[in-house]
Formats: sequence, structure tokens, C-alpha cells
Amino acid sequence: MPDMTPEAIRHLASLSRIALSDEEITRLSGELPAIVSAVEAVQKVAGDDVVPTSHPIPLGNVFRDDVVGTPLTTEQALEGAPDHDGSRFRVSAILGEEQ
Amino acid sequence: MSDLISMRASAASKALQDGSISSVELTQAHLDRMDATEGSLGAFLARSSSALDAAAAIDQRRAAGESLPTLAGVPIAIKDVLCTTDMVTTAGSRILEGWTPPYDATVVSKLREAGMVALGKTNMDEFAMGSSTERSGYHPTHNPWDPSVAPGGSGGGSAAAVAAQQAPLAIGSDTGGSIRQPASFTGTVGVKPTYGGVSRYGVIALASSLDQVGPVSRTVLDSALLHDVIAGHDPRDATSIPTPWASMAAAAERGSSAESLSGVRVGVVSELVGEGISAAVRQRFDEAVELLTAQGAEVIEVNLPHCEYAVAAYYLILPAEASSNLAKFDSVRFGLRVTPEGNPTVEEVMSATRDAGFGDEVKRRIILGTYALSAGYYDAYYGSAQKVRTLIQQDFAQAFEKVDVLISPSTPTTAFPLGAKMDDPLAMWAGDVTTIPVNLAGIPGMSLPMGLSAEDGLPVGLQLMAPAYQDARLYELGATIERLFEERDGYLVSERVPEVK
Repeated sequence: MPDMTPEAIRHLASLSRIALSDEEITRLSGELPAIVSAVEAVQKVAGDDVVPTSHPIPLGNVFRDDVVGTPLTTEQALEGAPDHDGSRFRVSAILGEEQ
Repeated sequence: MSDLISMRASAASKALQDGSISSVELTQAHLDRMDATEGSLGAFLARSSSALDAAAAIDQRRAAGESLPTLAGVPIAIKDVLCTTDMVTTAGSRILEGWTPPYDATVVSKLREAGMVALGKTNMDEFAMGSSTERSGYHPTHNPWDPSVAPGGSGGGSAAAVAAQQAPLAIGSDTGGSIRQPASFTGTVGVKPTYGGVSRYGVIALASSLDQVGPVSRTVLDSALLHDVIAGHDPRDATSIPTPWASMAAAAERGSSAESLSGVRVGVVSELVGEGISAAVRQRFDEAVELLTAQGAEVIEVNLPHCEYAVAAYYLILPAEASSNLAKFDSVRFGLRVTPEGNPTVEEVMSATRDAGFGDEVKRRIILGTYALSAGYYDAYYGSAQKVRTLIQQDFAQAFEKVDVLISPSTPTTAFPLGAKMDDPLAMWAGDVTTIPVNLAGIPGMSLPMGLSAEDGLPVGLQLMAPAYQDARLYELGATIERLFEERDGYLVSERVPEVK
């Protein structure tokens, strides 16, 4: 098991886009090693001869006829957004100054 | 009007059809019950403002001579994980506080088409991550049997509402037991259908390969009636099964009039009745086995040897899928936005929003899932968990060659005190050991009450499991077993719920 150091958790939090506080990172670095070692039990029986199952009921790809449907209107799609300009979602700068 | 709120949905349906009660009366009685008990239960997150209008519309259509679906006019509570255009939908999370979706979940559309009257949205652990409803971003729900114990989770709101007669029926969702475990803790009936049997369109996804929507009720027949309303293929859910379904209500009717269990082969899952199962639960389970045997069932022990790895596999597959599914809560299209000081980039806004809007359990699982999917660890964790899923499916397939149905206690213990497991995630997760294998295998499972614990007087649940697609078998046998318990005890467990203040 790789170390669940505060640095490792800070990296995972950044990949997850969650600005964890120092206190949260300290708590998780106390909890996660025990959790990871508990779930590692799966490796005991997951031999090379076992096929992985991604989905409980086997299904084929699903196609539909290429016909126009009735999607949400622009107003409907925007009505729950924290900020918009009437036709598009509005967000703050995509790139930081260093980029 | 206590007779109206204690009515079974099947009886209410008949009374509505013969005109002895109206949907407005029935709905008003349940709204009054909510007024009287919500302060101590906290089963709901939102209440419909149009329930009486919907009820009046059904009464009018019936008065005009229209032929209506079986459950038309019957009230229902809906777990807050399903999108509703007329009620706020949060999945129990602060990150979606105040959000009203622009579309209905397919299941919600089906309830409306069936003329059912939505009372409100029920409380749940945030994004269905939890086993006690204490992880709701809003407030805990109390168990009607004892306000100091948990109603189970994540669907504690739906189960408590039905147990306390705030609603005759409710919709739940079950990813690792979130319908069956609360049913067991509250003396109600809950069913997780075969994966893909009920549409997931408009259901806020937790773990897409495990999630399934299902009914919550006080009797097996009532769940069957609701199952018939919500089941069926949905072109908007690519994992929805196209096979047509037999009537679950017909199966339950058949079961309740069956003379005995003669010829039924029942398998007791050895791995789910031993270590970790409390003595009080084990006592009721042994009595149930005795009763089934006395009624002609052939009961044998069967093994599901890989069950011991099920919880570990589940707590890799679920966080991995959840970490991906919850990426959509990004402060752009819906929900909360928290903007840090200065001139933050959109990534900094997202990160601040997700830290403020998600609770501790959700963050813990997203971090774990991100780890399990990381380059270099994928095969060791997520890949291995998917192999365990194969092994568990094989275990079930072999068991179902010998028996028609498998049984176990629904939960290792009765309802635990609120707060008891909040500081120990592994202890909270370990309680899911009896329900998780069913989700990993995609098969249907039911919990129905099998008595009250001799230790604490709380309900104890019996779990029935059938092969994929054989949901009707659960209802048929479940209805027979429910009747046998009623004949033995002289009452249904759900009728013994204490007075809620």
C-alpha cells in the first residue's frame, strides 16, 4: 500500500477538485490507511484467471432511430445555474495568471 | 381518521374505487399525519404544495366515470434522489440546496401517469452514501419505533414515513441495501428489483452499476402493486432491461393464497447467518427457518464463499463510480457556487464549492474512489474488485442451481442508536454485509419483517433473494411467508409501531 501521507491526500483532493482544509487532510490521513488496507482484501482472490465484471446484467450497445427529439429549452437548461448570460453558463477565468 | 392512515395501499385502492373514500380525504389524512409527526421524525426534506390539487383531480376523473389505474388517488412519498419538476430535489446534499430540476425522473412520470399523489421528498444520507440517514446534509431522521435509534439508510426517510403511517407507500433506491436495510430497521417491506428492471433516468446517480429504484410499503402486496407501476423498459436509460415483466401483484396474490410452501427449495446462506449476526436476530431467523420447514419448504444450507470479500469490493466499486458521477457538481450548471476571495479561476471556484457543499462521507468516498482509479493502482483496486464481482455472481449461480430462493437476516443487528457509528466508517460499512452481495450480483432482493427482537423490541428483517429476472418469485414467496408470520403472531410487525408523538 502506498503511503496515505498528507501530501498524497492533497494530490488526490486536487485531482478530485475539492479544496480540503488542512484539518480535513489530517483527519483523512488518519482514516484512509485503515480503509485502504480493508478494501485491499479483494486482491486475495482476484487471480489472473478471473474475468472482471463491469456490469451485473450483460447488455449490448443500445441504438435508437436518428430522429429529432424534444430536448430542454435554453431557459430550462439555464434556470438552475448559479450564473448565466441568458444563453450560456457564465464562469470565472478558465486560465490563471501563471498559465 | 386513524383508519385512513393505517390502511394498506391495496385496501385504499379498493375503497377509492368503490367510492367509500375520496383521494382528497385520504391525502388530507396523510398530510395531517405529517403535520403531527414530522417534528419528531424528520422523514421529509420537502413537502408538495399541490398534493390536494392532484387528489382532487383524480376524484373528479373518477366521478366522471373514467377508468383509472389501480393505485390512482393513493398518496406516495418519494426519496429525494429522484428528480421532480414540482419539488426541490437535493439528494440530501447542501450542494443542491434549493434546486428544482427541469425534468421528472421516469419513475416520477410513471407515478403521475398512474394518478398517484406525491406527498413530498424523503430524507436520505447525502447522495445515498450512508446506512443511517445521519449523513443527510439537512437533519437526521428518527426511527418511529424509538426516536433514539437510526431508521437505517440511505433511505431512512422513506422507511420511517411508511412505518409511521405518514404515507402508505414510498419510493426508495438501493445501491448496497438502502431500501432493504431501512425496511428491516423500521418493520416495513422493501424491494430492490433486478438491476435494470426499473428506470434510473432522472435518478441522481451514486454508483451506476449498482443503483436500482424500488418500492417501500407495509405489506408485500403493496410493494408488488407499486412495483408494477414503476417497472419496465425506458429508452432513456441505456441499462434498462427490455424484457417484459410479469405482474408482481398477481404473484403476491397467488402467494398469499398458497396453502403451504410444499415443493419450495429454500437455501440458508451459511456465510450470512454466523459471525457478526446478533443473537437476537439469529433467534428470529432460526424461528423463521423452523416455520418454513414446518410449512413444507425444503430448507438446506448453501455457501456463497466469496461473500466475505463483498464489502471490500463494494467499497472500491462504489467510490470509484461515485467519484466520476459526482464530478458534475462543479458550480457551473446547477446548485451551489462558492467564490473564494481575490480573482479565482474556475477550477478554484469548483474546488471551493465542492469542499463547502459536500459532507465528510461524500468527500471520503470521492478521495478513495479517485485513489482506486489512479494510474498504477487501477488494476490492483478497481480491477480486482470487478473480479470479486464475477466470483460472487458465480457463487449465486451455483446456489440457484440447488434452490429457488435464498434467505438470510436482512441486517446483522436491529437498528443501532443514532451517533453510534458516526466516528467509525468501517463499522458503519460492515453492517452492509448482508445486503451488498445482492447489488454486486444484480439480482432482486426483498426485506420483510420476521418479528421483534427479544432484546430491544425493535423489528427484525428477513431477506429473500432470487435469481435475476425472478422478481415475481420474491413477491409470491414473500406474500406466503408474510401470511405465515401473521398467522403465527396474530399481527403484522408494521401494525405494532408505537404511537409517534
